[in-house]
Amino acid sequence: MDDTSASGAKPTVLYALHQELGGKIVPFAGYALPVQYPAGIMAEHKQAREAAALFDVSHMGQVKLTGADRVAALEALVPADLAGLAVGRQRYSFFTNDAGGILDDLMISNQGEWLFLVVNAACKEADIAHLKAGLKGDVTLSELTDRALVAVQGPKAAAVLARLAPGVQTLKFMDCKPVEVAGAACLVSRSGYTGEDGYEISVPADKAEALVRRLLDEDEVAPAGLGARDSLRLEAGLCLYGHDIDTTTTPVEADLVWAMQKRRRQEGGFPGAAVVQKQLAEGAGRRRVGLQPEGRAPMREGTVLQNAQGEDVGVVTSGGFGPTLGAPVAMGYVTADLAAEGTALQAVVRGKAMPCRVAALPFVPHNYFRG
Amino acid sequence: MSDKRYTEDHEWVMVSGSEAVVGISVHAQEQLGDIVFVELPDVGKALVKGKEAAVVESVKAASEIYAPADGEVLEVNEALNDEPGKVNSAAEGDGWFFKMKLSDPSQVADLMDEAAYKSFIEG
Repeated sequence: MDDTSASGAKPTVLYALHQELGGKIVPFAGYALPVQYPAGIMAEHKQAREAAALFDVSHMGQVKLTGADRVAALEALVPADLAGLAVGRQRYSFFTNDAGGILDDLMISNQGEWLFLVVNAACKEADIAHLKAGLKGDVTLSELTDRALVAVQGPKAAAVLARLAPGVQTLKFMDCKPVEVAGAACLVSRSGYTGEDGYEISVPADKAEALVRRLLDEDEVAPAGLGARDSLRLEAGLCLYGHDIDTTTTPVEADLVWAMQKRRRQEGGFPGAAVVQKQLAEGAGRRRVGLQPEGRAPMREGTVLQNAQGEDVGVVTSGGFGPTLGAPVAMGYVTADLAAEGTALQAVVRGKAMPCRVAALPFVPHNYFRG
Repeated sequence: MSDKRYTEDHEWVMVSGSEAVVGISVHAQEQLGDIVFVELPDVGKALVKGKEAAVVESVKAASEIYAPADGEVLEVNEALNDEPGKVNSAAEGDGWFFKMKLSDPSQVADLMDEAAYKSFIEG
């Protein structure tokens, strides 16, 4: 219950605005960011589901790859089909290690002459070192430290952003294109981390605060913090690196096979491909699943899952309360034989066995704009 | 004659003779944020001062609530099972957690009064 001090954490370019808005600042992945504003996590969560919520995600790493060999070089580090990624399109992917484990997850878009990567803040330095060591041939990496990143998420996001940047409403889910927004030269992707329609806007750092203030002036928009970001992504069934996926989980175990396109699954050519291909053929021993507690008590990360006989069969990797569902929700790993939807399990919460069931993901349907 | 006291762990205790009602302070609920679940103790449970008596869960995290004194649980606020948000809206009223019998009422006398608690949280 103690106040968390954000001392030592780096401010983002929007730090003063977060303070002005009454944000409760906490250290997160080395950055000082608002976990919530005075409205609170529940209200901020609903804001994203019902209207439009604005998030500062400037802590995330933005990386540019140029050079003639950039596509083949990056394909050697990730299992995504980048040769088949059209200009202006984006894909979700992950860096794998030689054991098929996940080093980080990221977004990759084709900007024509270059590839744009967005990586997790906590993994940023390791990712860049990994890229520098692993990218072969004519490739140049630069980190775009002079850009902020903000997300506008929710069913009203398109209508709102179109007022500042006419035309953005025609972008489709996972488009990522250069767009001038309120006079700033931005890179706008129609994607996010909430399950809702919305945009992530890479904006020059010196234009970020003006853009955010302009967005917050719109009636439909209110700021939201890390707390709502986490409850939104959990309801949407999206993985949080370091929790639901890490170096000990493979894409097959994590149920992320959809993010490895057919050519890459067949040809391999990424770190750990042999392990991943073996699991694709024979199945993995465990799988990431949704978990729906039957009671009202949240099942937090680290909660042990047991079968009906009381034997340990898995663990919760993300768990909390889903404000849209009005009920606790969780994700975790269970042995493959217990991964079918509806399977009854028990979770050991504070020494007591609480009933729960394997549930389909996402808990709240995605509301993406696919055109 | 009733008397409200506060612990350094942000519980409040309203004493009435050898009985007391226990909850968390307005300040505590503000720090926790939206409360989504309260695990109340069983009636009859023996409580030990400073040991876990209940658990309160916000959207983000679970926090332990400690017994402010030795004693036994007499009654719990069942309304929190359906409406845990009462802890946010009425922390020091309808959002009470449990009623307890005090083994030694003098343990409570050592706790902070309202003025002392106010300077404690502003400290």
